[in-house]
Amino acid sequence: MSISVNHISKSYKSIQALQDISFNVNEGELFGLIGPDGAGKTTLFRILTTLLIADTGQASVAGYDVIKDYKAIRNCVGYMPGKFSLYQDLTVEENLEFFATIFKTTIEANYHLIKDIYVQIEPFKNRRAGKLSGGMKQKLALCCALIHKPKVLFLDEPTTGVDPVSRKEFWDMLKRLQQKGITILVSTPYMDEAALCDRVAFIQNGELLEIGTPKNIVKEYSKKLYNVKSDNMYQLIDSLNTFKYTYSAYPFGEFVHYTDTRDEFDIKELHSYLKDKGLHNITIEITNPTIEDTFMALAK
Amino acid sequence: MSEINYVIEATDLTKQFGDFKAVNAISFNVKKGEIFGFLGANGAGKTTAMKMLIGISNPTSGAANVAGFDVFTQAESIKKNIGYMSQKFALYDDLTVKENITFFGGIYGLSRATLKQKINALIEELGLHDIADNLVGALPLGWKQKLAFSVALLHNPKIVFLDEPTGGVDPITRRQFWEMIYKAAHEGTTIFVTTHYMDEAEYCDRVSIMVNGKIEALDTPKKLKEQFKVTSMNNVFLKLARG
Repeated sequence: MSISVNHISKSYKSIQALQDISFNVNEGELFGLIGPDGAGKTTLFRILTTLLIADTGQASVAGYDVIKDYKAIRNCVGYMPGKFSLYQDLTVEENLEFFATIFKTTIEANYHLIKDIYVQIEPFKNRRAGKLSGGMKQKLALCCALIHKPKVLFLDEPTTGVDPVSRKEFWDMLKRLQQKGITILVSTPYMDEAALCDRVAFIQNGELLEIGTPKNIVKEYSKKLYNVKSDNMYQLIDSLNTFKYTYSAYPFGEFVHYTDTRDEFDIKELHSYLKDKGLHNITIEITNPTIEDTFMALAK
Repeated sequence: MSEINYVIEATDLTKQFGDFKAVNAISFNVKKGEIFGFLGANGAGKTTAMKMLIGISNPTSGAANVAGFDVFTQAESIKKNIGYMSQKFALYDDLTVKENITFFGGIYGLSRATLKQKINALIEELGLHDIADNLVGALPLGWKQKLAFSVALLHNPKIVFLDEPTGGVDPITRRQFWEMIYKAAHEGTTIFVTTHYMDEAEYCDRVSIMVNGKIEALDTPKKLKEQFKVTSMNNVFLKLARG
Protein backbone atom coordinates (compact mmCIF):
# COMPACT_ATOMS: atom_id res chain seq x y z
CA MET A 1 0.00 0.00 0.00
CA SER A 2 1.44 3.30 -0.99
CA ILE A 3 -1.04 5.58 0.78
CA SER A 4 -3.33 4.48 3.55
CA VAL A 5 -5.93 6.78 5.07
CA ASN A 6 -7.92 5.54 8.08
CA HIS A 7 -10.82 7.47 9.57
CA ILE A 8 -9.21 10.87 9.14
CA SER A 9 -11.20 13.87 10.38
CA LYS A 10 -10.20 17.50 10.55
CA SER A 11 -12.10 20.64 11.41
CA TYR A 12 -11.27 24.33 11.47
CA LYS A 13 -13.29 26.11 14.14
CA SER A 14 -16.89 25.44 13.12
CA ILE A 15 -16.10 24.00 9.69
CA GLN A 16 -15.74 20.26 9.33
CA ALA A 17 -13.19 20.04 6.51
CA LEU A 18 -12.86 16.24 6.50
CA GLN A 19 -15.24 13.72 8.00
CA ASP A 20 -14.04 10.19 8.69
CA ILE A 21 -12.19 9.67 5.42
CA SER A 22 -10.75 6.22 4.65
CA PHE A 23 -9.18 4.86 1.47
CA ASN A 24 -6.02 3.21 0.18
CA VAL A 25 -3.89 3.91 -2.85
CA ASN A 26 -1.92 0.99 -4.30
CA GLU A 27 1.69 1.20 -5.32
CA GLY A 28 2.07 2.57 -8.84
CA GLU A 29 -1.54 3.66 -8.99
CA LEU A 30 -2.81 6.90 -10.54
CA PHE A 31 -5.51 7.85 -8.07
CA GLY A 32 -7.82 10.82 -8.52
CA LEU A 33 -9.47 12.84 -5.81
CA ILE A 34 -12.41 14.43 -7.56
CA GLY A 35 -14.40 17.24 -6.02
CA PRO A 36 -15.23 20.92 -6.24
CA ASP A 37 -13.53 23.82 -4.53
CA GLY A 38 -14.03 23.57 -0.77
CA ALA A 39 -14.54 19.79 -0.76
CA GLY A 40 -11.57 19.19 1.54
CA LYS A 41 -9.04 18.01 -1.04
CA THR A 42 -6.29 20.41 -0.01
CA THR A 43 -6.73 19.65 3.68
CA LEU A 44 -6.26 15.96 2.91
CA PHE A 45 -3.13 16.67 0.83
CA ARG A 46 -1.67 18.74 3.65
CA ILE A 47 -2.28 15.96 6.15
CA LEU A 48 -0.67 13.35 3.90
CA THR A 49 2.35 15.53 3.17
CA THR A 50 2.81 16.11 6.95
CA LEU A 51 2.05 19.83 6.82
CA LEU A 52 -1.09 19.54 8.91
CA ILE A 53 -2.14 17.21 11.74
CA ALA A 54 -5.51 15.50 11.61
CA ASP A 55 -7.86 15.75 14.61
CA THR A 56 -8.48 12.01 14.58
CA GLY A 57 -7.53 8.99 12.50
CA GLN A 58 -4.26 7.66 11.09
CA ALA A 59 -2.57 7.84 7.75
CA SER A 60 0.60 6.49 6.21
CA VAL A 61 2.51 7.28 3.04
CA ALA A 62 5.07 4.90 1.50
CA GLY A 63 4.88 2.85 4.69
CA TYR A 64 5.61 5.78 7.00
CA ASP A 65 3.24 7.21 9.57
CA VAL A 66 2.34 10.84 8.85
CA ILE A 67 3.03 11.92 12.43
CA LYS A 68 5.74 9.63 13.78
CA ASP A 69 7.78 9.43 10.57
CA TYR A 70 7.08 12.83 9.09
CA LYS A 71 10.72 13.44 8.21
CA ALA A 72 10.97 10.20 6.23
CA ILE A 73 7.83 11.14 4.32
CA ARG A 74 9.17 14.54 3.41
CA ASN A 75 12.19 12.87 1.84
CA CYS A 76 10.29 10.50 -0.37
CA VAL A 77 7.27 12.44 -1.61
CA GLY A 78 6.87 15.19 -4.15
CA TYR A 79 4.19 17.80 -3.56
CA MET A 80 2.84 20.30 -6.01
CA PRO A 81 0.44 22.58 -4.13
CA GLY A 82 -2.52 24.17 -5.88
CA LYS A 83 -1.07 27.61 -5.35
CA PHE A 84 2.21 28.34 -7.14
CA SER A 85 4.82 28.02 -4.40
CA LEU A 86 8.22 28.28 -6.06
CA TYR A 87 10.60 31.18 -5.62
CA GLN A 88 9.34 33.89 -7.95
CA ASP A 89 12.63 35.77 -8.01
CA LEU A 90 14.80 32.77 -8.79
CA THR A 91 15.12 31.71 -12.40
CA VAL A 92 13.71 28.46 -13.76
CA GLU A 93 17.10 26.79 -13.50
CA GLU A 94 17.85 28.21 -10.04
CA ASN A 95 14.56 26.91 -8.67
CA LEU A 96 15.28 23.46 -9.99
CA GLU A 97 18.84 23.47 -8.65
CA PHE A 98 17.62 24.71 -5.30
CA PHE A 99 15.17 21.84 -4.89
CA ALA A 100 17.73 19.29 -6.08
CA THR A 101 20.25 20.58 -3.53
CA ILE A 102 17.75 20.57 -0.66
CA PHE A 103 17.19 16.87 -1.32
CA LYS A 104 20.94 16.24 -1.65
CA THR A 105 20.79 15.28 -5.28
CA THR A 106 21.56 16.92 -8.62
CA ILE A 107 19.53 17.80 -11.69
CA GLU A 108 21.67 15.37 -13.70
CA ALA A 109 21.01 12.40 -11.39
CA ASN A 110 17.28 12.34 -12.08
CA TYR A 111 17.14 14.22 -15.35
CA HIS A 112 15.45 11.26 -17.07
CA LEU A 113 12.37 11.82 -14.88
CA ILE A 114 11.88 15.44 -15.85
CA LYS A 115 13.37 15.48 -19.34
CA ASP A 116 10.04 15.36 -21.24
CA ILE A 117 8.69 18.27 -19.23
CA TYR A 118 11.86 20.26 -18.76
CA VAL A 119 12.70 20.53 -22.46
CA GLN A 120 9.50 22.54 -22.86
CA ILE A 121 10.61 25.19 -20.39
CA GLU A 122 14.36 24.97 -21.03
CA PRO A 123 14.29 27.84 -23.56
CA PHE A 124 13.24 30.03 -20.62
CA LYS A 125 15.68 28.63 -18.06
CA ASN A 126 17.11 32.07 -17.31
CA ARG A 127 13.72 33.67 -16.83
CA ARG A 128 12.52 34.38 -13.30
CA ALA A 129 9.78 31.99 -12.22
CA GLY A 130 7.47 34.91 -11.40
CA LYS A 131 7.58 36.00 -15.05
CA LEU A 132 6.44 32.66 -16.50
CA SER A 133 3.00 32.03 -17.96
CA GLY A 134 0.59 29.85 -16.01
CA GLY A 135 1.26 26.77 -18.09
CA MET A 136 5.03 27.10 -17.75
CA LYS A 137 4.83 27.69 -14.00
CA GLN A 138 2.90 24.49 -13.70
CA LYS A 139 5.55 22.56 -15.65
CA LEU A 140 8.36 24.00 -13.56
CA ALA A 141 6.51 23.14 -10.34
CA LEU A 142 6.13 19.57 -11.56
CA CYS A 143 9.85 19.37 -12.36
CA CYS A 144 10.73 20.64 -8.89
CA ALA A 145 8.37 18.11 -7.29
CA LEU A 146 10.07 15.29 -9.24
CA ILE A 147 13.73 16.17 -9.04
CA HIS A 148 14.46 13.98 -5.99
CA LYS A 149 12.75 10.95 -7.54
CA PRO A 150 9.83 10.71 -5.13
CA LYS A 151 8.02 7.43 -4.51
CA VAL A 152 4.72 9.21 -4.21
CA LEU A 153 3.67 12.35 -6.03
CA PHE A 154 0.94 14.63 -4.65
CA LEU A 155 -0.60 17.01 -7.17
CA ASP A 156 -3.22 19.40 -5.82
CA GLU A 157 -5.38 20.70 -8.66
CA PRO A 158 -2.54 20.88 -11.18
CA THR A 159 -4.93 21.67 -14.04
CA THR A 160 -7.31 24.21 -12.53
CA GLY A 161 -7.57 27.22 -14.82
CA VAL A 162 -5.61 25.40 -17.51
CA ASP A 163 -6.96 25.19 -21.06
CA PRO A 164 -8.12 21.84 -22.52
CA VAL A 165 -5.05 21.33 -24.71
CA SER A 166 -2.57 21.90 -21.90
CA ARG A 167 -4.70 19.72 -19.64
CA LYS A 168 -4.47 16.88 -22.11
CA GLU A 169 -0.69 17.27 -22.37
CA PHE A 170 -0.41 17.32 -18.60
CA TRP A 171 -2.32 14.06 -18.26
CA ASP A 172 -0.19 12.40 -20.93
CA MET A 173 2.77 13.40 -18.81
CA LEU A 174 1.24 11.89 -15.67
CA LYS A 175 0.71 8.60 -17.48
CA ARG A 176 4.39 8.50 -18.41
CA LEU A 177 5.43 9.21 -14.82
CA GLN A 178 3.17 6.44 -13.64
CA GLN A 179 4.93 4.04 -16.00
CA LYS A 180 8.17 4.93 -14.26
CA GLY A 181 6.75 3.48 -11.05
CA ILE A 182 5.66 6.64 -9.26
CA THR A 183 2.42 6.50 -7.29
CA ILE A 184 0.33 9.56 -8.02
CA LEU A 185 -2.46 11.14 -6.00
CA VAL A 186 -3.99 13.96 -8.02
CA SER A 187 -6.96 16.16 -7.28
CA THR A 188 -9.13 17.93 -9.82
CA PRO A 189 -12.46 19.69 -10.15
CA TYR A 190 -12.71 18.51 -13.79
CA MET A 191 -14.92 15.46 -14.02
CA ASP A 192 -13.59 14.46 -17.46
CA GLU A 193 -10.16 13.93 -15.90
CA ALA A 194 -11.61 11.32 -13.55
CA ALA A 195 -11.91 8.94 -16.50
CA LEU A 196 -8.12 9.07 -16.93
CA CYS A 197 -7.38 7.72 -13.43
CA ASP A 198 -7.04 4.06 -12.40
CA ARG A 199 -9.37 4.72 -9.51
CA VAL A 200 -11.09 7.80 -8.19
CA ALA A 201 -12.66 9.00 -4.97
CA PHE A 202 -15.48 11.54 -5.13
CA ILE A 203 -15.31 14.05 -2.32
CA GLN A 204 -17.74 16.83 -1.40
CA ASN A 205 -18.17 18.83 1.81
CA GLY A 206 -15.47 16.76 3.50
CA GLU A 207 -17.13 13.43 2.85
CA LEU A 208 -16.21 10.62 0.49
CA LEU A 209 -19.20 9.93 -1.72
CA GLU A 210 -17.77 6.99 -3.67
CA ILE A 211 -14.55 5.15 -4.50
CA GLY A 212 -13.89 2.93 -7.49
CA THR A 213 -12.64 2.60 -11.04
CA PRO A 214 -14.22 5.13 -13.41
CA LYS A 215 -16.02 2.28 -15.19
CA ASN A 216 -17.53 0.83 -12.04
CA ILE A 217 -18.54 4.21 -10.71
CA VAL A 218 -20.55 4.91 -13.84
CA LYS A 219 -22.26 1.52 -13.45
CA GLU A 220 -23.57 2.68 -10.07
CA TYR A 221 -25.81 5.15 -11.85
CA SER A 222 -29.22 3.61 -11.38
CA LYS A 223 -31.60 5.84 -13.32
CA LYS A 224 -32.43 5.89 -17.02
CA LEU A 225 -30.85 8.95 -18.52
CA TYR A 226 -32.15 10.83 -21.55
CA ASN A 227 -30.58 13.37 -23.89
CA VAL A 228 -33.14 16.07 -24.56
CA LYS A 229 -32.57 18.72 -27.18
CA SER A 230 -34.57 21.55 -28.74
CA ASP A 231 -34.14 24.83 -30.55
CA ASN A 232 -34.11 26.93 -27.36
CA MET A 233 -31.90 25.89 -24.46
CA TYR A 234 -33.19 28.47 -21.99
CA GLN A 235 -36.83 27.55 -22.51
CA LEU A 236 -35.98 23.86 -22.55
CA ILE A 237 -34.31 23.99 -19.12
CA ASP A 238 -37.07 26.17 -17.80
CA SER A 239 -39.77 23.81 -19.09
CA LEU A 240 -38.03 20.70 -17.78
CA ASN A 241 -37.55 22.30 -14.37
CA THR A 242 -41.30 22.84 -14.09
CA PHE A 243 -42.36 19.43 -15.48
CA LYS A 244 -44.04 17.52 -12.68
CA TYR A 245 -42.18 14.25 -13.29
CA THR A 246 -38.68 15.71 -13.56
CA TYR A 247 -36.21 14.14 -11.17
CA SER A 248 -33.20 15.98 -12.56
CA ALA A 249 -32.49 18.12 -15.61
CA TYR A 250 -28.93 19.30 -16.14
CA PRO A 251 -27.49 20.97 -19.24
CA PHE A 252 -24.72 18.87 -20.81
CA GLY A 253 -23.21 20.56 -23.81
CA GLU A 254 -25.84 20.77 -26.53
CA PHE A 255 -28.23 18.50 -24.58
CA VAL A 256 -30.08 18.48 -21.31
CA HIS A 257 -29.60 15.26 -19.34
CA TYR A 258 -33.00 14.34 -18.02
CA THR A 259 -34.18 11.74 -15.50
CA ASP A 260 -37.79 11.02 -14.61
CA THR A 261 -39.22 10.36 -11.15
CA ARG A 262 -41.00 7.25 -12.49
CA ASP A 263 -39.31 3.96 -13.34
CA GLU A 264 -41.07 3.75 -16.68
CA PHE A 265 -42.43 6.61 -18.70
CA ASP A 266 -43.61 7.42 -22.17
CA ILE A 267 -41.21 9.61 -24.12
CA LYS A 268 -44.15 10.86 -26.18
CA GLU A 269 -45.70 12.42 -23.10
CA LEU A 270 -42.58 14.49 -22.41
CA HIS A 271 -42.35 15.31 -26.09
CA SER A 272 -45.86 16.70 -26.24
CA TYR A 273 -45.37 18.58 -22.97
CA LEU A 274 -42.33 20.34 -24.44
CA LYS A 275 -44.16 20.99 -27.69
CA ASP A 276 -47.01 22.62 -25.78
CA LYS A 277 -44.41 24.85 -24.14
CA GLY A 278 -43.62 26.20 -27.60
CA LEU A 279 -40.38 24.32 -28.24
CA HIS A 280 -39.40 23.03 -31.67
CA ASN A 281 -37.03 20.39 -33.09
CA ILE A 282 -37.38 18.34 -29.94
CA THR A 283 -35.39 15.12 -29.69
CA ILE A 284 -35.41 12.74 -26.72
CA GLU A 285 -33.05 9.78 -26.71
CA ILE A 286 -31.74 7.43 -24.08
CA THR A 287 -28.04 7.96 -23.34
CA ASN A 288 -25.23 6.58 -21.18
CA PRO A 289 -24.32 8.37 -17.97
CA THR A 290 -20.91 9.99 -17.64
CA ILE A 291 -18.81 10.33 -14.52
CA GLU A 292 -20.20 13.83 -14.08
CA ASP A 293 -23.79 12.50 -14.08
CA THR A 294 -22.79 10.02 -11.41
CA PHE A 295 -21.13 12.68 -9.30
CA MET A 296 -24.15 14.95 -9.49
CA ALA A 297 -26.53 12.11 -8.64
CA LEU A 298 -24.44 11.33 -5.55
CA ALA A 299 -24.04 14.97 -4.57
CA LYS A 300 -27.70 15.90 -5.06
CA MET B 1 -21.20 56.12 -33.99
CA SER B 2 -22.61 52.70 -34.48
CA GLU B 3 -26.19 51.56 -34.41
CA ILE B 4 -26.74 49.67 -31.19
CA ASN B 5 -27.45 46.40 -32.93
CA TYR B 6 -24.04 45.35 -31.78
CA VAL B 7 -22.96 45.70 -28.19
CA ILE B 8 -19.35 45.04 -29.12
CA GLU B 9 -17.77 45.98 -32.42
CA ALA B 10 -14.04 45.35 -32.70
CA THR B 11 -12.03 46.03 -35.84
CA ASP B 12 -8.36 45.05 -36.15
CA LEU B 13 -7.98 45.50 -32.42
CA THR B 14 -4.31 45.11 -31.53
CA LYS B 15 -2.17 45.23 -28.41
CA GLN B 16 1.57 45.14 -28.73
CA PHE B 17 4.14 44.75 -25.95
CA GLY B 18 7.56 45.52 -27.43
CA ASP B 19 7.87 43.22 -30.45
CA PHE B 20 5.19 40.90 -29.19
CA LYS B 21 1.64 41.20 -30.50
CA ALA B 22 -0.41 39.79 -27.64
CA VAL B 23 -3.59 40.61 -29.56
CA ASN B 24 -3.10 40.72 -33.31
CA ALA B 25 -5.77 42.58 -35.29
CA ILE B 26 -8.89 40.84 -34.05
CA SER B 27 -12.24 41.77 -35.55
CA PHE B 28 -15.61 40.58 -34.33
CA ASN B 29 -19.08 41.77 -33.34
CA VAL B 30 -21.33 40.71 -30.50
CA LYS B 31 -25.10 41.14 -30.78
CA LYS B 32 -27.48 42.36 -28.08
CA GLY B 33 -28.67 39.52 -25.85
CA GLU B 34 -26.11 37.12 -27.27
CA ILE B 35 -24.07 34.69 -25.17
CA PHE B 36 -20.63 35.01 -26.69
CA GLY B 37 -17.96 32.49 -25.69
CA PHE B 38 -14.42 33.83 -25.87
CA LEU B 39 -12.11 30.82 -25.86
CA GLY B 40 -8.43 30.21 -26.27
CA ALA B 41 -5.47 28.43 -24.72
CA ASN B 42 -3.62 30.00 -21.77
CA GLY B 43 -1.49 32.77 -23.19
CA ALA B 44 -3.47 33.12 -26.43
CA GLY B 45 -4.31 36.75 -25.62
CA LYS B 46 -7.83 36.47 -24.16
CA THR B 47 -7.14 38.45 -21.00
CA THR B 48 -5.31 41.19 -22.90
CA ALA B 49 -8.19 41.48 -25.36
CA MET B 50 -10.73 41.57 -22.56
CA LYS B 51 -8.81 44.31 -20.73
CA MET B 52 -9.05 46.51 -23.81
CA LEU B 53 -12.76 45.82 -24.17
CA ILE B 54 -13.56 46.74 -20.56
CA GLY B 55 -11.64 49.99 -20.81
CA ILE B 56 -8.65 49.31 -18.58
CA SER B 57 -5.99 48.88 -21.25
CA ASN B 58 -5.42 51.12 -24.25
CA PRO B 59 -5.21 49.32 -27.60
CA THR B 60 -2.07 49.85 -29.67
CA SER B 61 -4.16 50.13 -32.84
CA GLY B 62 -7.52 49.22 -34.33
CA ALA B 63 -10.94 50.26 -33.14
CA ALA B 64 -13.54 48.97 -30.75
CA ASN B 65 -16.88 50.12 -29.50
CA VAL B 66 -18.39 48.60 -26.37
CA ALA B 67 -21.91 49.34 -25.13
CA GLY B 68 -21.95 52.32 -27.47
CA PHE B 69 -18.66 53.84 -26.32
CA ASP B 70 -15.23 54.05 -27.89
CA VAL B 71 -12.42 52.16 -26.11
CA PHE B 72 -9.90 54.91 -26.84
CA THR B 73 -11.80 58.02 -25.88
CA GLN B 74 -14.65 56.86 -23.64
CA ALA B 75 -13.11 54.21 -21.40
CA GLU B 76 -14.72 55.70 -18.29
CA SER B 77 -18.19 55.50 -19.83
CA ILE B 78 -17.53 51.87 -20.78
CA LYS B 79 -16.69 51.00 -17.18
CA LYS B 80 -19.98 52.51 -15.98
CA ASN B 81 -22.03 50.67 -18.55
CA ILE B 82 -20.69 47.16 -18.28
CA GLY B 83 -20.67 44.48 -15.60
CA TYR B 84 -17.58 42.44 -14.82
CA MET B 85 -16.68 39.46 -12.73
CA SER B 86 -13.74 37.09 -12.76
CA GLN B 87 -12.81 33.93 -10.97
CA LYS B 88 -9.95 35.64 -9.22
CA PHE B 89 -11.75 38.72 -8.04
CA ALA B 90 -15.43 39.19 -7.60
CA LEU B 91 -16.43 40.22 -4.09
CA TYR B 92 -14.78 41.29 -0.86
CA ASP B 93 -14.35 38.28 1.44
CA ASP B 94 -14.32 40.38 4.59
CA LEU B 95 -17.57 42.19 3.87
CA THR B 96 -20.93 40.53 4.45
CA VAL B 97 -23.30 39.58 1.66
CA LYS B 98 -25.36 42.74 2.25
CA GLU B 99 -22.29 44.96 2.57
CA ASN B 100 -20.91 43.70 -0.72
CA ILE B 101 -24.15 44.43 -2.54
CA THR B 102 -24.35 47.87 -0.94
CA PHE B 103 -20.72 48.62 -1.76
CA PHE B 104 -20.91 47.67 -5.42
CA GLY B 105 -24.32 49.29 -5.80
CA GLY B 106 -22.82 52.48 -4.39
CA ILE B 107 -19.86 52.30 -6.77
CA TYR B 108 -22.27 52.13 -9.68
CA GLY B 109 -24.20 55.12 -8.33
CA LEU B 110 -27.49 53.45 -7.44
CA SER B 111 -29.73 55.54 -5.21
CA ARG B 112 -30.42 54.43 -1.65
CA ALA B 113 -34.01 53.53 -2.44
CA THR B 114 -33.10 51.53 -5.52
CA LEU B 115 -30.31 49.82 -3.64
CA LYS B 116 -32.55 48.79 -0.77
CA GLN B 117 -35.02 47.33 -3.21
CA LYS B 118 -32.26 45.54 -5.15
CA ILE B 119 -30.75 44.03 -2.00
CA ASN B 120 -34.06 42.56 -0.94
CA ALA B 121 -34.85 41.28 -4.41
CA LEU B 122 -31.45 39.70 -4.76
CA ILE B 123 -31.47 38.02 -1.36
CA GLU B 124 -34.92 36.70 -2.14
CA GLU B 125 -33.95 35.40 -5.57
CA LEU B 126 -30.79 33.65 -4.44
CA GLY B 127 -32.32 32.38 -1.19
CA LEU B 128 -29.70 34.10 0.95
CA HIS B 129 -31.95 35.12 3.90
CA ASP B 130 -30.09 33.12 6.50
CA ILE B 131 -26.67 34.30 5.47
CA ALA B 132 -27.25 37.90 4.39
CA ASP B 133 -25.18 39.11 7.33
CA ASN B 134 -22.44 36.50 7.01
CA LEU B 135 -19.03 37.29 5.60
CA VAL B 136 -18.72 36.42 1.93
CA GLY B 137 -15.39 34.69 2.65
CA ALA B 138 -17.25 31.94 4.50
CA LEU B 139 -19.54 31.09 1.58
CA PRO B 140 -18.93 28.10 -0.68
CA LEU B 141 -17.30 29.16 -3.95
CA GLY B 142 -20.40 28.35 -6.01
CA TRP B 143 -22.60 30.65 -3.91
CA LYS B 144 -19.99 33.36 -4.06
CA GLN B 145 -19.92 33.19 -7.84
CA LYS B 146 -23.70 33.27 -8.16
CA LEU B 147 -23.80 36.29 -5.87
CA ALA B 148 -20.95 37.96 -7.78
CA PHE B 149 -22.83 37.52 -11.04
CA SER B 150 -25.93 39.12 -9.58
CA VAL B 151 -23.84 41.97 -8.22
CA ALA B 152 -22.30 42.48 -11.67
CA LEU B 153 -25.85 42.95 -12.98
CA LEU B 154 -26.98 45.40 -10.25
CA HIS B 155 -26.78 48.48 -12.46
CA ASN B 156 -28.50 46.80 -15.42
CA PRO B 157 -25.48 46.88 -17.70
CA LYS B 158 -25.94 46.26 -21.42
CA ILE B 159 -23.19 43.69 -21.31
CA VAL B 160 -21.48 41.66 -18.64
CA PHE B 161 -17.95 40.25 -18.96
CA LEU B 162 -17.35 36.96 -17.17
CA ASP B 163 -13.75 35.78 -16.93
CA GLU B 164 -13.72 32.06 -16.10
CA PRO B 165 -16.65 32.48 -13.72
CA THR B 166 -17.09 28.76 -13.00
CA GLY B 167 -13.53 27.52 -12.50
CA GLY B 168 -13.45 24.98 -9.65
CA VAL B 169 -17.19 25.29 -9.01
CA ASP B 170 -19.06 22.02 -8.36
CA PRO B 171 -20.98 20.56 -11.31
CA ILE B 172 -24.46 21.25 -9.98
CA THR B 173 -23.77 24.86 -9.00
CA ARG B 174 -21.94 25.36 -12.29
CA ARG B 175 -25.17 24.49 -14.09
CA GLN B 176 -27.24 26.74 -11.83
CA PHE B 177 -24.81 29.49 -12.71
CA TRP B 178 -25.43 28.89 -16.41
CA GLU B 179 -29.16 28.99 -15.84
CA MET B 180 -28.63 32.49 -14.43
CA ILE B 181 -26.62 33.37 -17.54
CA TYR B 182 -29.41 32.12 -19.81
CA LYS B 183 -31.96 34.10 -17.85
CA ALA B 184 -29.96 37.32 -18.07
CA ALA B 185 -29.41 36.83 -21.81
CA HIS B 186 -33.09 36.06 -22.27
CA GLU B 187 -33.87 39.40 -20.62
CA GLY B 188 -31.60 41.17 -23.09
CA THR B 189 -28.26 41.39 -21.31
CA THR B 190 -25.33 40.52 -23.54
CA ILE B 191 -22.94 37.96 -22.06
CA PHE B 192 -19.24 37.81 -22.91
CA VAL B 193 -17.72 34.78 -21.22
CA THR B 194 -14.42 32.90 -21.09
CA THR B 195 -14.24 29.33 -19.86
CA HIS B 196 -12.04 26.25 -19.93
CA TYR B 197 -15.04 23.94 -19.65
CA MET B 198 -15.83 22.87 -23.18
CA ASP B 199 -19.35 21.74 -22.32
CA GLU B 200 -19.95 25.39 -21.42
CA ALA B 201 -18.72 26.44 -24.84
CA GLU B 202 -21.68 24.46 -26.21
CA TYR B 203 -24.06 26.67 -24.21
CA CYS B 204 -22.94 29.80 -26.04
CA ASP B 205 -24.77 31.24 -29.04
CA ARG B 206 -21.47 31.87 -30.76
CA VAL B 207 -17.91 31.05 -29.87
CA SER B 208 -14.59 32.53 -30.90
CA ILE B 209 -11.31 30.71 -30.45
CA MET B 210 -8.10 32.70 -30.11
CA VAL B 211 -4.74 31.19 -31.08
CA ASN B 212 -1.52 33.18 -30.67
CA GLY B 213 -3.24 36.55 -30.56
CA LYS B 214 -5.61 35.95 -33.48
CA ILE B 215 -9.20 34.79 -33.71
CA GLU B 216 -8.87 31.59 -35.71
CA ALA B 217 -12.50 30.51 -35.60
CA LEU B 218 -15.81 32.20 -34.88
CA ASP B 219 -19.24 30.68 -35.31
CA THR B 220 -22.05 28.84 -33.56
CA PRO B 221 -20.92 25.67 -31.76
CA LYS B 222 -22.93 23.63 -34.26
CA LYS B 223 -21.23 25.15 -37.30
CA LEU B 224 -17.77 24.95 -35.73
CA LYS B 225 -18.27 21.23 -35.12
CA GLU B 226 -19.36 20.78 -38.73
CA GLN B 227 -16.47 22.86 -40.00
CA PHE B 228 -13.89 20.79 -38.13
CA LYS B 229 -15.80 17.54 -38.64
CA VAL B 230 -15.84 16.61 -34.96
CA THR B 231 -18.60 15.85 -32.46
CA SER B 232 -17.72 18.12 -29.55
CA MET B 233 -16.37 21.59 -28.86
CA ASN B 234 -13.57 19.93 -26.91
CA ASN B 235 -12.34 18.39 -30.16
CA VAL B 236 -12.73 21.66 -32.06
CA PHE B 237 -10.54 23.24 -29.41
CA LEU B 238 -7.96 20.46 -29.49
CA LYS B 239 -7.73 20.74 -33.28
CA LEU B 240 -7.24 24.49 -33.25
CA ALA B 241 -5.55 25.63 -30.13
CA ARG B 242 -2.05 24.41 -30.78
CA GLY B 243 -1.92 26.28 -34.07
